[in-house]
Amino acid sequence: MTETLSDTRPERVPLPADSSEPFLVVENLTVQFPTYDGLVQAVSDLSYTVKLGETLGIVGESGSGKSVSSMAVLGLHDVKRSRLTGSIRVGGKEIIGASNSTMKRVRGNDVAMIFQDPLTALHPFYTVGAQIIEAYRLHNNVSKSIAKRRAVEMLERVGIPQPDRRVNEYPHQFSGGMRQRAMIAMSLVNDPKLLIADEPTTALDVTVQAQILDLIQDLQREFGSAVIMITHDLGVIAEISDEVLVMYAGRCVEKGTTKQILTWPEMPYTWGLLGSIADVASDVSKPLIPIPGTPPSLLNPPDGCPFNPRCPHTDKVEGRRCFTELPELVQFPRQTHPTRCHIKDPDLIWETEVKEEIM
Amino acid sequence: MLGYIIRRLVAAFLVITLTSMIVFALFFLGPTNVAELLCNEGGRCTDDRRERLETALGLNDSVVTQYGEFVKGLVVDRTVSLGAEYECSAPCLGISFRTKTEVTTELIDKYPATFSIAIGGASIYLVLGTVLGVLAARRRGSFADRALVSGSLLLSSIPYYIVALLAWLYLINQWKIFPESKYVPLTENPGKWFLALLLPWLVIGITNSTVYARFSRGTMVETLGEDYVRTAAAKGLPENKVVFKHGLRAAIVPIVTIFGLDFAVLLSGTIFTEAIFGIDGIGRWGLEAIPVDFPVISATVLVSAVLVVLANLIVDIVYSFLDPRVRLA
Repeated sequence: MTETLSDTRPERVPLPADSSEPFLVVENLTVQFPTYDGLVQAVSDLSYTVKLGETLGIVGESGSGKSVSSMAVLGLHDVKRSRLTGSIRVGGKEIIGASNSTMKRVRGNDVAMIFQDPLTALHPFYTVGAQIIEAYRLHNNVSKSIAKRRAVEMLERVGIPQPDRRVNEYPHQFSGGMRQRAMIAMSLVNDPKLLIADEPTTALDVTVQAQILDLIQDLQREFGSAVIMITHDLGVIAEISDEVLVMYAGRCVEKGTTKQILTWPEMPYTWGLLGSIADVASDVSKPLIPIPGTPPSLLNPPDGCPFNPRCPHTDKVEGRRCFTELPELVQFPRQTHPTRCHIKDPDLIWETEVKEEIM
Repeated sequence: MLGYIIRRLVAAFLVITLTSMIVFALFFLGPTNVAELLCNEGGRCTDDRRERLETALGLNDSVVTQYGEFVKGLVVDRTVSLGAEYECSAPCLGISFRTKTEVTTELIDKYPATFSIAIGGASIYLVLGTVLGVLAARRRGSFADRALVSGSLLLSSIPYYIVALLAWLYLINQWKIFPESKYVPLTENPGKWFLALLLPWLVIGITNSTVYARFSRGTMVETLGEDYVRTAAAKGLPENKVVFKHGLRAAIVPIVTIFGLDFAVLLSGTIFTEAIFGIDGIGRWGLEAIPVDFPVISATVLVSAVLVVLANLIVDIVYSFLDPRVRLA
């Protein structure tokens, strides 16, 4: 067996001629699911870009459209059961409406995904090795034994002890953290240019969480790939992302660098998210401040700003615009980054009213 | 694994023994007097003759003694007296009251027919039902899916014997689409064996496949919604591989479970099929033995008990091969 791993990589789809375009471009993405009860507007008018080597954090509550939008990047929505409009370009290739054969090449090769719960996301009846080998051989024309060597290599790379033995074990024989490492090994086996991590640490305990985040960052530096980190945990965001996109009710409500979002948050929803974080290092007797209410129905979103039923600051906007008019994602003169909110000077409110209360 | 199988076999043995005891006891509690019946067979029945028969049959002995005799016959040859003496070689399940032949011989003679019917019918319904179910699950909500579900409900709400009777009446008797051929053993003439069994197989296969279609559709719809199926799609696997290698692989486990049990029931006698298509298997044999031919009845009940218990054991063992999370110990 003289074949080596590096010879067997297929040629990458060349980057677009206009290489100034970021690796992933999402423009005006809308995802809707027709149901018996009506049209679920899971994602509306979402735009963002991610460059190679960068990490974008997408935060929001359950049902805010985080996962739905990233599954659209992999074309994982059943065309018969969903309606997608807008544009998603991966390395210059349009994903929406792409043929099956195009999508097969993109999935797992250009773009890979790490799912939330590694127990349910790995097939219980196949060994971890078999699942990694399957992923590798799909995009690389190599023999099983070479693919297996690659699988062992990947398991070792993600920090699984005794990889040559563990490769033959089933997911249920792995602990939660090990399973997520195996999942990451499977995602990275084809050196994807874009890695989407969909709440990769939610099912894990905190110490393992930190290890997994470190691992993702290390691997990102090593492979120079772009990463989308989907999470509801602002702690994870602070640790890992360069830019942050806050989602609410299927829309982007605030977008900026991590520093901007965490130090000068400008949207009342983001204030709410920051207020809900438990900080063990600070005064623990101070109660957490949850965001009252629940996320709105995506079947009949409220008129005006979708956050208005839960927003304590609607009185700071003249008239009843919060209840009648959907704010645009714009940056007012006194803002550092764009938000989808009618409030014109949010930094003042943050500084004088909110920060004191939640920090 | 071996220890598990041994323990299960011991348990199976106990279940079968208990079943045979219950059958034995029920027969003695029943109202039929065998001596009277056999006595009437031989022309005029006198009280004297009947009493002699009762003694010869051992009916005056306790139930326990009689059961002991029966069990002994399973391992050593014995002589059974039904007025006249009959040799019964081990394993002896008794002498049929009606035909006066050894039950074991009759069982061995008739069983291949039932087995032939069962294996062909079961293969058809397992494959057909699963394939239809998978196709419906992939196209759930479509017209084809709804047509399959409602069609299968309609078909399974018609009693099996009506379907079998209509099939025989129209397809063989009236329209002569299928030849009217008599069952012959496979070893004698494979062609005739196949021709005679083709329609029974199809009738069993198609009517039972409805249950399997709906069941496999259900498990498949559930499995296709699992995270690991989404993972498989996210890797870039083609849809067929996602559905079959990842989806069906997981969905097949509960299907195999109910198949094992259904198949055992089928093996223990396809009564309607045998009666309607005139096939001489153990289903008809047992049916015709009711209510007096006790040795035959007890033999058929025992065969069923053994098959059902064995099928359960086999299903559990197969399970551990299908699902690596199941460890038998």
